Amino acid sequence: MAKEMITQKNKSFLKKLAKDIKKNYVVYLMALPVIAFYIIFHYVPMYGVIIAFKQYSPALGVLKSPWVGFKHFKDFFGSVYIWRLLRNTVNITLNELIWGFPAPVILALLINELRNQRYKKVVQTISYIPHFISLVVICGIIRQFCGSGGIINDIIEFFGGTRQDLLAKPEWFVPVYVASGIWQGVGFGTIIYLAALSGISQELYDAAYIDGAGRWKQTLHITIPGIMPTIIILLILRMGSMLSVGYEKILLLYNRVTYETADVISTFVYRKGLMDANYSYSTAVGLFNSVVNFALLILANKLSKKFSDTSLW
Amino acid sequence: MKRSLSERAFDIFNVLLMLILSFMFLYPFLYVVFASFSNPELLVKHKGLLLLPEGFTLQGYTFVFRNPNIYSGYLNTIYYVVVGTLYNMVMTCLGAYVLSRKDWLLKTPMMVMITFTMFFSGGLIPSFILVKNLGMMNTRAALIIPGAISTYNMIIMRTSFMQIPSGLEESAKLDGANDLQILWHVVLPVSKAVLAVITLFYAVGHWNSWFNASIYLRKRELFPLQLILREILIENNTSAMLDNASAQTLQDLATNKAWYKELVQYSTIVVSTVPILFIYPFVQKYFVKGVMIGSIKG
Repeated sequence: MAKEMITQKNKSFLKKLAKDIKKNYVVYLMALPVIAFYIIFHYVPMYGVIIAFKQYSPALGVLKSPWVGFKHFKDFFGSVYIWRLLRNTVNITLNELIWGFPAPVILALLINELRNQRYKKVVQTISYIPHFISLVVICGIIRQFCGSGGIINDIIEFFGGTRQDLLAKPEWFVPVYVASGIWQGVGFGTIIYLAALSGISQELYDAAYIDGAGRWKQTLHITIPGIMPTIIILLILRMGSMLSVGYEKILLLYNRVTYETADVISTFVYRKGLMDANYSYSTAVGLFNSVVNFALLILANKLSKKFSDTSLW
Repeated sequence: MKRSLSERAFDIFNVLLMLILSFMFLYPFLYVVFASFSNPELLVKHKGLLLLPEGFTLQGYTFVFRNPNIYSGYLNTIYYVVVGTLYNMVMTCLGAYVLSRKDWLLKTPMMVMITFTMFFSGGLIPSFILVKNLGMMNTRAALIIPGAISTYNMIIMRTSFMQIPSGLEESAKLDGANDLQILWHVVLPVSKAVLAVITLFYAVGHWNSWFNASIYLRKRELFPLQLILREILIENNTSAMLDNASAQTLQDLATNKAWYKELVQYSTIVVSTVPILFIYPFVQKYFVKGVMIGSIKG
């Protein structure tokens, strides 16, 4: 009964669609390349993750390769790498969250307090510059500066430390990675907060001033609550990507010596898959990662819906 | 408003702090410029901040400008930026337009299909296998076709298209214009700001990208600049740095002048980054605008 109704509904939808295509065929022609793009380059690879449950061989192709069930997942969970990968991934994202997330908020608040509008503009413009330099060049600069003859070592030596190639020391990888990330992104990250700040009504400040609130109190009771929704939305997005560290920058900075602290899930997938051509195994690892990420995003969104009124959907 | 002493103290502190921070954002680039003109033997002995070149040499730049890899990389990158961005824009405009039709039958299903890809993807390996199976390995198409649309950019553009007053489109429709004509003659001309923003987003993406090129391309003559830069700056690859160098200079470098490598690296950074810094002041405001438009939706 219910099934019949659904098929009937489908039928009437298809009828409507056929009629609409005849009438508005130009819209459908315009949509066609876009739909084709999403099917080919997004949904075909999504279907392609089934090789995580197969023993993929390029000769047999995705469809004909034999099924192996959860073998690759078991291999990964039993491997010696899993804890190191999870630990490094969480360690890097947590450090980025703790140090990198508040940085643009604080910088935006400080820029907002500048009184001279010209000076404010200049500071903003300069702070965006590192964001526009390509990652390869940035990492090239990081390498030069962190090398044993580099300027960072000059500073370390000045304070009584010994010179060393920082990128060859596992304990230095995360600090270098996070600090350089803040340096590159903090300025650009302020844009969104400065936009939110400019949306706070001046009347609120005037009223607070009349009530005798100083600037510190105004910041605490007007400015920060004013940008709180923005902060929360960005925080949810961050939480949702807790287990996804981009591989590009790590690939450019790490080396065999620093795998101990620098190797994360995505770089492992890259090496196993594209270097060792271990397609199925690395797809399994990647799938595990995306499923966890997806779950984290939903969880973060639920939490924020519960504790505040902001959510992504 | 009257200001208390502590507030004035804060103002002074804040102005100074911002001055220091601005210096920190800029200085690494200045250092690279100074180092690229410095005599490497003096530079290696120099400690601390470099506020002017140490000595003066153009040796690094002679190497860079004699390096055919840099030229071919630049030309390839220009190709990827121009053709790739054009393709991106055509596809993104089409997608944004059809999704901005309020009464379109497939609007919701298509929106769901597209949004889902923002949260879940097949991942690196299945995409790689797909590109391989499509026969795009070692072709320029591999850097252009699979990345035709950035969903985020398309949604920004759609939001902006939806804010166009519908009266404009309806009167065009009454005059007998079809949707393609409406997009071209009505929607695009009033959306110049968002078009500029999205074009810049795509162009910068192509300019900076190196990873896809590194997995899809083996032929050196197709390499974009960033991939050449990776060989020179990250892999420390001397042959990529000094193609065409004379036997004498090669020997110089091999024997006692390891520092010259750094000189070439600094000069390469300058040569590859100056164009960006040069156009930066003119396009900067569009990026800011782009983040704003994006955040309204977000």
